[in-house]
Amino acid sequence: MTTIFDLPVSYFGLQFLIGLQNGAFYALLSLGLAVIFGMLNVINFAHGAQYMMGAFLAWLLLDIAGISYWWALLLVPLIMGLLGVVIERAFLRWLYDLDHLYGLLLTFGLVLIIEGLFVSVFGSSGLPYEKPQALAGAQRIPLAMITGNERDMMMIPLYRLWIVAVSIVCCFGTWYAIERTRLGSYLRAATENPALVRSFGINVSVLITLTYGFGVALAGFAGVLAAGVQALTPHMGSNLIIVVFAVVVIGGMGSILGSIITSFGLGIVEALARIAYPEASGVVVFAIMIVVLLMRPAGLFGREN
Amino acid sequence: MADSAEINASRGDTVLQIQGLQAFYGESHILHGVGLDVCEGEVVTLLGRNGAGKTTTLKSIIGMVSQREGSIRYRGQETIGLKSNRIARIGIALCPEERGIFSSLTVEENLYLPPVIAEGGLSIAELYQLFPNLEERRHTRQGTRLSGGEQQMLAIARILRTGARLLLLDEPTEGLAPVIVQQIGRVIETLKARGFTILLVEQNFHFASALADRNYVMEDGKIVAVVQRNELREKEALLQEYLGV
Repeated sequence: MTTIFDLPVSYFGLQFLIGLQNGAFYALLSLGLAVIFGMLNVINFAHGAQYMMGAFLAWLLLDIAGISYWWALLLVPLIMGLLGVVIERAFLRWLYDLDHLYGLLLTFGLVLIIEGLFVSVFGSSGLPYEKPQALAGAQRIPLAMITGNERDMMMIPLYRLWIVAVSIVCCFGTWYAIERTRLGSYLRAATENPALVRSFGINVSVLITLTYGFGVALAGFAGVLAAGVQALTPHMGSNLIIVVFAVVVIGGMGSILGSIITSFGLGIVEALARIAYPEASGVVVFAIMIVVLLMRPAGLFGREN
Repeated sequence: MADSAEINASRGDTVLQIQGLQAFYGESHILHGVGLDVCEGEVVTLLGRNGAGKTTTLKSIIGMVSQREGSIRYRGQETIGLKSNRIARIGIALCPEERGIFSSLTVEENLYLPPVIAEGGLSIAELYQLFPNLEERRHTRQGTRLSGGEQQMLAIARILRTGARLLLLDEPTEGLAPVIVQQIGRVIETLKARGFTILLVEQNFHFASALADRNYVMEDGKIVAVVQRNELREKEALLQEYLGV
């Protein structure tokens, strides 16, 4: 077996894949956060809780109604999107003229309520979700092409591969919708100058509602993906969202493609850190955030203004 | 003030009729009872010094101020209670003073941004004929990379596509080179010939008076004088007093 620093090559491969998988979640969540912030001027602190709700909803659908994972992938984003529409209409729209802080406080309050409810109903010990049979296995990949050693093999869990692939498709779809379609041009324009876009006859407040619904749906979708790879706890979102906020700060708010690249890049950086010095993997993103804030306060891909 | 019934009789239907318009930005009271009429196919200017309320009048018509009172009728329909996006849908379009070109949109996306609300707008081919520069630069990634003159042309062009028949143009010549100002003057003449109704805010009196059927002079949020096209000579002294030209 070929080794590097006494570690088998397959170990590096697996860590790399885990890095990509984490990057996939960062990308799905940071995209939603960035799109919501751009249109609503609200820092959606509830994004993590909405992701957690997505995961639990998938679990509930399966457990109570016997609805499969595949249907959950479709239904959960729809339900979460509707919930987002309700939250925007009922609460957030009153805050747009105020400082960012108010949106952050309101959504933070939502987190406390939602997580509190879920803890009291489900407890915090963690629920298992049965991922679908089709994605349960692992694929044997020969590494001889890379190492030249016929005995080098790597087992790639299909589900992790699936997460990465689906996330890339979703991210590209979102990028395309925002950067290349007519509706996307309305969104970009409304982010810059909503009053003028409204004066052209476009109903910006509906766009804003749909944007929030879409962002929440994306979080719910990520939650369904996550359900197959980890035990479900009411705090699974809070743990993740802190890192995602750092990812958004590093990438900057200006560019969709920038957020996607930053997310996957940081997922891989974390994986490399885990290989080199496992204790550092939890803080490397925040260390990078500090450096980026010092060198480029608007983020790597952000626009200064 | 000129008898509006008489004007209507000589110039056709009133497109825009404003009476007792008050407008506010937050706490500040900007317009104090503005009244004016614009008839079908007319070019009407709003003249006046900085801060007289000209831009606020245009923004009030399209619904972009925080509070409006009084009456603004478009072809007989009261619009004072409507939201900006509803007002746009009945056929009014604004070309704002700051031009409002979007930097996150390409030149072409900027041009296509305002949705078509009625038939009768200019086609893309006609727009490129009117503004050849825009065709050359249509693939420019950021609308704001255009020169000031090109941005102004883009800001006008994009509201001609939509089928809006009343155009509110806010200082379209501001800060532009004389040759571009002439070009914009020719565009406004062309639009008039095609039957567009135009309410034009201008600081450049000589530019405006050459195009206008009628000039309203504003001061401190009110209309203080009306000068018909054929009265320009006799009321020159009055205009000089108000405008300092």
